[in-house]
Amino acid sequence: MSEEKKPKRQRKPPTKKVPMPEQDPMVRIKNFDEVALGYTPEQAIEEAKKCLQCRNPRCITGCPVEVPIKDFIHLIVEGDFMAAAAKIKETNSLPAICGRVCPQETQCEAKCVYGIRNEPIAIGRLERFVADYAREHGEELPEILPKNGKRVAVVGSGPAGLTCAGDLAKLGYEVTIFEAFHKPGGVLVYGIPEFRLPKEIVAKEVEYLKKLGVEIKCNYVIGKIRTVDQLLDEDGYDAVFLGTGAGAPNFMRIPGMNLVNVYSANEFLTRVNLMKAYKFPEYDTPVRVGNRVVVIGGGNVAMDAARTAKRLGAEEVYIVYRRSRKEMPARLEEVHHAEEEGIKFQLLTNPVEILGNDKGAVVGMTCVRMELGEPDESGRRRPIPIPNSEFVIDADTVIVAIGNSPNPIVTQTTPGLELTKWGTIVVDEETGRTSRPRIFAGGDIVTGAATVISAMGAGKRAARSIHEFLSKKE
Amino acid sequence: MEVSAPDIARVCKPGQFVIIRVNETGERFPLTIADFDREKGTVTIVFQEVGKSTKLLGTLNEGDYILDFVGPLGRPTHIEKYGTVCVIGGGCGTAIAYPVARAFKEAGNYLITINGARTMDLLIYRREMQEISDEFYETTDDGSCGVHGFVTTVLGDLIQQGRKIDLVFAVGPAIMMKFVAKTTEPTGIKTIVSLNSIMVDGTGMCGACRVTVGGQMKFACVDGPEFDGHQVDFNELLGRLNAYKEQEQLALELWEKEHGGSA
Repeated sequence: MSEEKKPKRQRKPPTKKVPMPEQDPMVRIKNFDEVALGYTPEQAIEEAKKCLQCRNPRCITGCPVEVPIKDFIHLIVEGDFMAAAAKIKETNSLPAICGRVCPQETQCEAKCVYGIRNEPIAIGRLERFVADYAREHGEELPEILPKNGKRVAVVGSGPAGLTCAGDLAKLGYEVTIFEAFHKPGGVLVYGIPEFRLPKEIVAKEVEYLKKLGVEIKCNYVIGKIRTVDQLLDEDGYDAVFLGTGAGAPNFMRIPGMNLVNVYSANEFLTRVNLMKAYKFPEYDTPVRVGNRVVVIGGGNVAMDAARTAKRLGAEEVYIVYRRSRKEMPARLEEVHHAEEEGIKFQLLTNPVEILGNDKGAVVGMTCVRMELGEPDESGRRRPIPIPNSEFVIDADTVIVAIGNSPNPIVTQTTPGLELTKWGTIVVDEETGRTSRPRIFAGGDIVTGAATVISAMGAGKRAARSIHEFLSKKE
Repeated sequence: MEVSAPDIARVCKPGQFVIIRVNETGERFPLTIADFDREKGTVTIVFQEVGKSTKLLGTLNEGDYILDFVGPLGRPTHIEKYGTVCVIGGGCGTAIAYPVARAFKEAGNYLITINGARTMDLLIYRREMQEISDEFYETTDDGSCGVHGFVTTVLGDLIQQGRKIDLVFAVGPAIMMKFVAKTTEPTGIKTIVSLNSIMVDGTGMCGACRVTVGGQMKFACVDGPEFDGHQVDFNELLGRLNAYKEQEQLALELWEKEHGGSA
């Protein structure tokens, strides 16, 4: 007992993120306005000040597009929000979008050193704040290199295509984006709902690209009106980037899938988001939502569909997911928001049949209870049906949100393009090169359905390697 | 209606369709390409003004623009020499049947055509169809022209007479195609139908147009629009076609109110 008694060091209690103002759940389930309202400058600075400004920051290693997080947060502390936004845009051309839809909790914020003992720095909220600030205060265009006379065609205007096009335009390429829909943005406009990502923000980002000199041709289905080979051989493009996404909806192999009022999440969300069915009859596209809606699936798309159904007036909305909460692929924040809005979760439950009446309309869904067994190839515990546990959920609308497969229109019309057995395009991950020279690919058409930010990362890498490839060619 | 769309006119084939959106608040809907002129760069569409969207399209005058015109979508008709081919067009479907019939004729088939409608005023492409046909029949539900009855009345008679038909191609209302398929089923005559499912994107993305064909789920937009009529689950198709009946009625009523009664 020779040691002197040291006074116990007082440790501060762990801190939490500065909360971001949100619309009240009871109010927001009656509108399509954005749920999260964003930081004020004071809130942003308060949050930014907590950043440790690590000498070897780990956050950046969690970011698929390597945003200089430490530097932009430092600029927020100094109150130079415009410079902070420009700093992000050095590597990320769509920060207002990423700040809203990125799964930060598994990326940058998961690596945050401050987050070891506390809630991590709210990097996503800060990114969103500066991007919104810059957009509202009129940001300047970045430096664009003089035109180099080379042309690149980008197929698809989702996150991969937009990123690839923007990066190439800045390098002096003449870029044309071909989009099948009448509006550019891909999943950002047809898939992600207005209340999570206002379409005005996507439109502004597209405008920004046009200012960089990118041409966008809508209503142009490559593979139908022109083939990729025609773009290369007849239309004078030096390279093509394929960012056509995972657009083909998966359905379950159970009876009743084709009943009236069974939607793919793609159809349901496209009707509401892109075609503005929530404003019917002002807009002509209708959507039908009954009083009891069941959404099958546990990802972000399932949450989006459920919350959309609620806003369209459904009294009861259920999420039916075959594993437990822990395995749900949706972002925590989305699950939390859905619960706040009164969405009910039927976990460890799998549909076995959708029941219809004599008119072919949905009246219910038979489900079976599941339990978790050993982990499968995906690392998640495999769900196993519990014998004799069938029960019926009353429902008049079913939305299937169990994932999407790659759309084959482009790949089927491009001979020699190596595909996987799932129909995704085989590429070199670092360069986005496909098995065909001059054809590059990235995003969901390569990975299968994934995140906005990973698609952007792929678009970025492809732009870099298209640039290398076309520079060398001279 | 002839639409200037050079890029589409350059590559489209009989049996394919376009997706149209007339204006900013409009819905997207499919129309099968009735004809095209590669040199003039035009695509012909034929439609009956039944709902708001088609009525809206009908208000356009020469020189106006259609906001969105996407195509050519779907798979083209498979044309070859079968021997005797019977092409059946019902109502507006006749406009689509015409280029298909012409292609079958050019491929060296003996061509029988049956042109049906509710009433005489709704019979279209009468002269054109007759000109290219080896045998030509017309039917009306009310008997105002041609045979009093349905297209299946004539088709059934031909089969009864023991006529050798190698292929039947039918396009028109789903209910008509259903009964054409029913008529030929016992004989085993190959019967191709062109489905008019509800679609949003037309590129395989929404699945609204899914239909059971031979027990498998198919998308009319990318796997069709033409399928083996004996394999199609028509009752399911008819149900899905009626999914928005109330909304369609409401949209039409509002539009007509705004445009002073029937436009």
